[in-house]
Amino acid sequence: MTQTEKETIYSAGFRRGLEDSIQPDWMKSLREEAFRFFTENGFPVVQSEEWKYTNVSPIAKENFRIAKSADFTKAEIAPFVFAESSESVLVFANGMFDRSLSNLKAASGATILSFGEAASDERFAAILKSKLGSLVGFEKNGFTALNSAFIGEGAFIFLPKNARIETPIQLLFLTENDVISCPRILIVAENFAEATIIETYVRAGETKYLTNAVVEISIADAGKIKHYRVQRESHEAFHVSTTAAEVHRGSVYDTTAINLGAKLSRHDVKLKFNSEGGEAFVDGLYLLGGSQHHDTHSVIAHDVPNCTSHQTYKGILNDKSRGVFNGKVFVAVGASGTDGYQSNKNLLLSNEARVDTKPQLEIFNDDVKCSHGATVGQLEEEELFYLLSRGLNDSLARNLLTYGFAEEIVNKIGIESIKKQLDEAVLNRLNANLGA
Amino acid sequence: MLLEIKNLHAGIEGKAILNGLNLQINKGEVHAIMGPNGSGKSTLAKVLAGHPSYEISEGEVIYEGKNLLELEPDERAREGIFLAFQYPVEVPGVSNSQFLRLAYNEKMKHLGREELDPLEFNDYMKEKAKVVEMDKSFFNRSVNVGFSGGEKKRNEILQMAVLDPTLAVLDETDSGLDIDALRIVAEGVNKLRSAENAIILVTHYQRLLNYIEPDFVHVLAGGKIVKEGGKELALELEEKGYDWVKSANAK
Repeated sequence: MTQTEKETIYSAGFRRGLEDSIQPDWMKSLREEAFRFFTENGFPVVQSEEWKYTNVSPIAKENFRIAKSADFTKAEIAPFVFAESSESVLVFANGMFDRSLSNLKAASGATILSFGEAASDERFAAILKSKLGSLVGFEKNGFTALNSAFIGEGAFIFLPKNARIETPIQLLFLTENDVISCPRILIVAENFAEATIIETYVRAGETKYLTNAVVEISIADAGKIKHYRVQRESHEAFHVSTTAAEVHRGSVYDTTAINLGAKLSRHDVKLKFNSEGGEAFVDGLYLLGGSQHHDTHSVIAHDVPNCTSHQTYKGILNDKSRGVFNGKVFVAVGASGTDGYQSNKNLLLSNEARVDTKPQLEIFNDDVKCSHGATVGQLEEEELFYLLSRGLNDSLARNLLTYGFAEEIVNKIGIESIKKQLDEAVLNRLNANLGA
Repeated sequence: MLLEIKNLHAGIEGKAILNGLNLQINKGEVHAIMGPNGSGKSTLAKVLAGHPSYEISEGEVIYEGKNLLELEPDERAREGIFLAFQYPVEVPGVSNSQFLRLAYNEKMKHLGREELDPLEFNDYMKEKAKVVEMDKSFFNRSVNVGFSGGEKKRNEILQMAVLDPTLAVLDETDSGLDIDALRIVAEGVNKLRSAENAIILVTHYQRLLNYIEPDFVHVLAGGKIVKEGGKELALELEEKGYDWVKSANAK
């Protein structure tokens, strides 16, 4: 019964939104189909293998509202903008791309349009139509269905052939109390284009809301995309998102996902190699405390020969927090020369913390080099003794080792102010002062 | 007297390793502890540093008038005991300078002296790094991560130089070193040797003692000292082999 009531609430907002929009027919019908899927299937349930360890019923019980606008000011947003991208920041307020809060001065090498603008542009309409929804369907997942149903003022980021965007482009997402936001991003990089994308979800106060995001990234031949993703939602918030990338001949996709915030969060990462010579780094860190729950599900599909994927995910879990890692690497028939590495290491700082990890390799071809592994454990006794023997007290030694465990991932981030912010966040979480 | 070990019995996982060891060390002295594999050399080093896996069943260790066995490993370190590890541990993600500054400042705090900020410490560490000819590019690298065997051992001596211990225990610091690295490490130790500190060199081979001349040599077998003498004992041992002391012990 609860499910039906929720759909009624979202249904009214959905119809209103669809009537108001000036989107092309194909987009409207995509939205209608997606919403139909959602009304019929609702949110995923734990009986589904993909959602076995993550119960989203607390989300289904909420009455989040669909916002038509937002009240954020530039001053409220300023602290969340990284210095390196102060003139290349796209702000999404309650999920909607807001040009007036954004600053795109330094991102002139890229074309940045709302979906509405892109759809009415001769040059981009066809690209938008062919790519939007091509990497993230809605048929299997109520969240991506709901996101697709509410495709509105999303952002289309187009990196033309040979473009070198020097300044990192920051996507900044803020959501108000009680709101469900469904931001949608499409990034299309043409041949040889290079850019760095920083995706940040931040809180504005102790607020309760749901972010339900989808980001699709298509990288053409010899393109290079670095993608940093920092999730620091409010500790009362829910966060569900999907990142999907397709990598073409000789292109590189390098992503690092940092998960610190939200009460309940789930991140799906999907990576697909479309032609030979692609390379991907899919790394991440979840640092959890209190009763936080985080779930990363990743799927890396080696459908073609001679591609390389490296995945290192680390988890640090304190208090009663709970982590889930499920990583699938598929190597298809004929995908010879595949090089796949996957690792998930977890550090439990409390007896009540728990993690369920499941790295999976499915290989249907002989000539490949693949390895995977997962660990769940406490700090190493020998490492601890080494630090103690240098005069560090027990809690400082433990904090330093835990910090070091996280830093291996944080240090991958090539942008100073993100690294600095994350260093501080890790130390705060450890309640530690390492005298930095 | 700086250190007095009386009738020390210690073991690991119920297995007795040290069986009544006695040793006395004064400031300004260098003592070599030699012995065959399994004689208890490394156990002695770890027990002095307070490794939690070892159980003490009998005996006493008095360090500067205090009961050393009652102190936690970190307290011992702040009181001036330093163990150079046979297998230095890698600490990913934590830079050498960050780690050493924390350790140094913990000790200063304990001694009621002034702590150093990152800039001051960097200068101090640069000065100390000369002792082991270590390039400052090592400062920002994670502790021992990706270091060669020789670099790890040099890094141990750099830590010793920075922390300026009163009693340094060097556990097989010569193992796995080529001749050049051995020279650098040994010269580093010689520079740190003073009238205000004491050094225990735990080693299997006489080779290290060509570079660091000990005042006393103790030969360990079966968990206790079976022979003692000056530096000439090491040469005699090299010539006659450990079977010589093992048979002496049997008698």
